[in-house]
Amino acid sequence: MPVKSYIEAIREGMRDEMRRDERVIVMGEDVGVKGGVFKATDGLFTEFGEMRVIDTPLAESAIVGVAIGAAINGLRPIAEIQFQDFIMPAVDQIVSEAAKIRYRSNGDFGVPMVVRAPYGGGVHGALYHSQSMEAMFCHIPGLKVVVPSTPYDAKGLLRSAIRDPDPVLYFEHKRAYRLIKGEVPEEEFTVPLGRAATVREGDDIAIFSYGLMTRFCVEAADAIAADGFDCAVVDLRTLRPLDLEAIVGAARRCGKVLVVQEANLAVSVASEVAAIVAEECFEYLDAPVMRLGGPEIPAVPFSPPLEEFYMLNPAKIETRLRELAAY
Amino acid sequence: MAVAKTSRAPETGLDADAMRAMYRHMVRARVLDERLWVLNRQGRAPFVISCQGHEAAQVGIAMALRPGYDWVAPYYRDLAVTLVLGMTPLDHLLATLARAGDPNSGSRQMPAHYGCRRLNIITGGSAVATQVLHACGAALAAKVRGEDAVALTALGEGSTSEGDFHEGLNFAAVHSLPLICVVENNGFAISVPWAKQSHTKDAADRAKGYGMPGVVVDGGDPIACYAAARDAVERARRGKGPTLIEAKVARLTPHSSDDDDRLYKRREVLADEKAHDCLLRFRTALEERSVLAPGDAEEIRAEAMREVDKALDEAEAAPLPAPESALLNVYAED
Repeated sequence: MPVKSYIEAIREGMRDEMRRDERVIVMGEDVGVKGGVFKATDGLFTEFGEMRVIDTPLAESAIVGVAIGAAINGLRPIAEIQFQDFIMPAVDQIVSEAAKIRYRSNGDFGVPMVVRAPYGGGVHGALYHSQSMEAMFCHIPGLKVVVPSTPYDAKGLLRSAIRDPDPVLYFEHKRAYRLIKGEVPEEEFTVPLGRAATVREGDDIAIFSYGLMTRFCVEAADAIAADGFDCAVVDLRTLRPLDLEAIVGAARRCGKVLVVQEANLAVSVASEVAAIVAEECFEYLDAPVMRLGGPEIPAVPFSPPLEEFYMLNPAKIETRLRELAAY
Repeated sequence: MAVAKTSRAPETGLDADAMRAMYRHMVRARVLDERLWVLNRQGRAPFVISCQGHEAAQVGIAMALRPGYDWVAPYYRDLAVTLVLGMTPLDHLLATLARAGDPNSGSRQMPAHYGCRRLNIITGGSAVATQVLHACGAALAAKVRGEDAVALTALGEGSTSEGDFHEGLNFAAVHSLPLICVVENNGFAISVPWAKQSHTKDAADRAKGYGMPGVVVDGGDPIACYAAARDAVERARRGKGPTLIEAKVARLTPHSSDDDDRLYKRREVLADEKAHDCLLRFRTALEERSVLAPGDAEEIRAEAMREVDKALDEAEAAPLPAPESALLNVYAED
């Protein structure tokens, strides 16, 4: 099976869906001739032309708002926001419009649209090219939120997101683009939304994570395996809706839970997972639910020592795992 | 100046039947709108927002469209637009009385948040100007598929201060989208006058900055509005891009049933607007052209009253939504 990078898988996911379904279009800043600032849409302009790969004016609300209108009128737009940090001007269109259009029309209109955006730190991007802002969208009924951690899932989830009848926010860790490689089949496949994946089996501690942090969690789990601690790593993959069955099953089986995310912890995905475990698994727990995430500062700072302080890594996760194991 | 009597409006090709249809739609909208206020003052309808004074512009412009083929992203005053396209007084009375059968939203939204799948009227929210982008998107989809459908969006002059207005018009011009953007300028955004929205004389002046035609039209004259919209629609269908139309209209009511306009609008101004009410003006013009015979206007109004009376009876007898239906239609699978 061919090995692809995470960004190649994303690009091929778009390309294959555009070949399969002429309703699929791509729109955003620099997505056309340049092929995207990260090259996620490289080659699409040449293959599909300017009517389906659209360089838009530099205006995020328009990128999303026009995609909404195009989706209402029968297309399947993929709107790219160049960095998740710049999604804020489009939040009114995402939250007040896309998320509510099916509900407010009592089911008459839907918005089959994907908003792709790179997120995450570790690339010296500082405050405005490093944020992890998934939690604010996970709060919104009407949206689906997807964060892949492997090339296989990146492609399969993206294809499902494009085919989904409702708006899906698809967040890609920009450091994973070229860091993470993995096997991706040539033949057509999809990965269903709303389903987590157990990426490492274990019975002692259940680790829940998503995106790049999933990979770090696996490394940390491998590191303490030598000392006899057997950790399960559950990759949430879809953050809304969460896979309750997978969360509850793993938490009950292991009795100890660590939730790991890059974002700061207050009112976050980790908070929600911890709350689910507290409500559904209380009698099965052998330790308090633990969370590990970024510090409560506005965003990732630039200077390397500051960025390293912010970012998690396998060693920091391992430390927390040992605390939990010893409890 | 002598008014030439003719049963055909010059330069528009509108015949007498079309002009009578225009007048009938204007009257239907006015009669329905007045009834909504009665229901509000009787305590039977919690909220009303009005099209009174905008009817001529709305009817004239909407008559330039192909209902169910073209796309429309209206705003909350566009009651008459929806009637021309094919929605009914019953549809809007169901919404005003918050009944389950409201086709706009199943009464999930406040009244006057129009939407109708069958007629390509795109559901709107309460945040102003967001719909401009949806109309651009609908226009883009038509263009990508090579159809000659156009998209029309409307908004108040205050909403031209919003970012989405700018982003939408700029996008539409750059990509030469078949868009018609209508600004219904009644001079007030709730209480704030045009002079505090913009340092331009007209909202249509902004078109220049986007590289598209900007047309100012007398919004009290439905034929002039029809002509402006027809030209813009033809241009859009030919792939020549968007047009901004500004219709100068009057707001004959407060902003909504929760507003009191005496604080910010002089009574003489309102009296003058009422003296030039577009319904009176058009009736006079049609009677001078003998398009309306004596007694026709009274009969048209009586007919509209009967339609609204019947619709109100039907709406009042219609059921409210089941409480647990609040959970439905969040996602397609619900």
